[in-house]
Amino acid sequence: MITVKKLVKRFGFKTILRGLDFEVQPGEFVALLGPNGAGKTTFLRILASLSRPSIGEVKVAGYGLPQEAAQVRARLGVVSHLPLLYGDLSADENLRFYARMYNIPNYELRITEVLEMVGLENRRRDLVRTFSRGMQQRLAIGRAVLHDPDVMLFDEPYTGLDQDASSMLDEVLKTVAAQGRTVVMTSHDLARAEGLATRFDVLSRGVITASTTPKQLKKSNLLAFYKQALAA
Amino acid sequence: MTADRTNPLSSRSLPEGDERERVRFRASSGNFIKAVSAVLWKDVQAEFRSRELFSAMLVFSLLIILIFNFALELDIRTRQSVTSGVLWATFAFAGTLGLNRSMAIEKDRGCIDGLLLAPVDRSAIYFGKVLSNLVFMLIVEAVVLPVYSVLYNINLFQPGLLIVILLGSIGYVAVGTLLAAMSVQTRMRDILLPILLFPVAIPVLLAAVKASGGILAGVPYEEIQFPINLLIAYDLIFIAVAFMTFENIVEE
Repeated sequence: MITVKKLVKRFGFKTILRGLDFEVQPGEFVALLGPNGAGKTTFLRILASLSRPSIGEVKVAGYGLPQEAAQVRARLGVVSHLPLLYGDLSADENLRFYARMYNIPNYELRITEVLEMVGLENRRRDLVRTFSRGMQQRLAIGRAVLHDPDVMLFDEPYTGLDQDASSMLDEVLKTVAAQGRTVVMTSHDLARAEGLATRFDVLSRGVITASTTPKQLKKSNLLAFYKQALAA
Repeated sequence: MTADRTNPLSSRSLPEGDERERVRFRASSGNFIKAVSAVLWKDVQAEFRSRELFSAMLVFSLLIILIFNFALELDIRTRQSVTSGVLWATFAFAGTLGLNRSMAIEKDRGCIDGLLLAPVDRSAIYFGKVLSNLVFMLIVEAVVLPVYSVLYNINLFQPGLLIVILLGSIGYVAVGTLLAAMSVQTRMRDILLPILLFPVAIPVLLAAVKASGGILAGVPYEEIQFPINLLIAYDLIFIAVAFMTFENIVEE
């Protein structure tokens, strides 16, 4: 579903990604772990076609980037720590706007489904600026799944959420994963990642330094694996 | 990959199988006009709620013409000769304020990424923003003109002048939206836009001042034909340049 070969990303003289190789099979849930500045967000922005690779091959859902970016975007849902929502529009108006941008047919019904799914049906007419951070993040997920994407990218989705909101987000992420979507999530929260992902990759100094699965982790734990990967 | 259709996350309202692929194809090929109108509708709707941008532009414009009114206590003939300059200085300053804010709203909550993630030609986002900025600028101009007419005792409601104002505003907003998209990505966005915009917009402002002054002075069309043609050419050139470069400007 996602294939990345020898990816290099430079900003001026600074190299962020240094020949990164990455592959994700359909239906996999990959937690991308790594310290601040490792290049996780830059990598996700390249997968989301928000940033161009300097060198290397990137394919998402069978389409190459940046040449077939529009096709990739039609199959991609992105959730970041920013909600990407307009505070002066209601939840319903925000989703209507994105439904029109994604050219979704019969979007009225779809919007109702998505709002029910994220538990905001009774707040659909309220302005987003009146929502709590947790509610905004739930609506952000609703926005991201509105067009029924095959691939979902989550960039630090737990940032700024309290315990209740994080638990609720866990449930939504589990639902997303259970549905067979391919998911790549960056996170600093190893405990949460451990409960969700089917694979853990560590991104450090611009390359994937280690990869493991929950099965392989049975003997050790994720924190030990993570520390070992960073030390390598 | 098969989606679980019993799951609420799945799009039950979207068609299955081949039809779903067709829906996806339509989404990937995008609908340019629909995207442009969606951006326009969203901006107008959000501005209708907050009145953040419009009120700032309007108050700023009224303050400028009041300051000019007190600063230039001139006789009626001299007032007529400075009218076009004062008007365009007012529109340019207020327009810059609006352009800056219009893009800052997109950047502050990360909404610009939301726009760029849509599977549409990114120039549709540019044209949507140009149209909404133009609507706000024209509304401000529609309020400023009668106020100016009363304060300066000059009739500004002449069809020729209104056409020049429209052409000048299109050119200013076309280049301003492009440069605002560029400057909003920098830390110096509030001061960078005027620094970038005013030198590039000099041709459109000079042509607009010249054409407006000519119309107010009642000179024959032949004498103001050149600045009007320049305005039309400038509008077309900058819209074409923006159409070709917008994607590269907004992408990292």
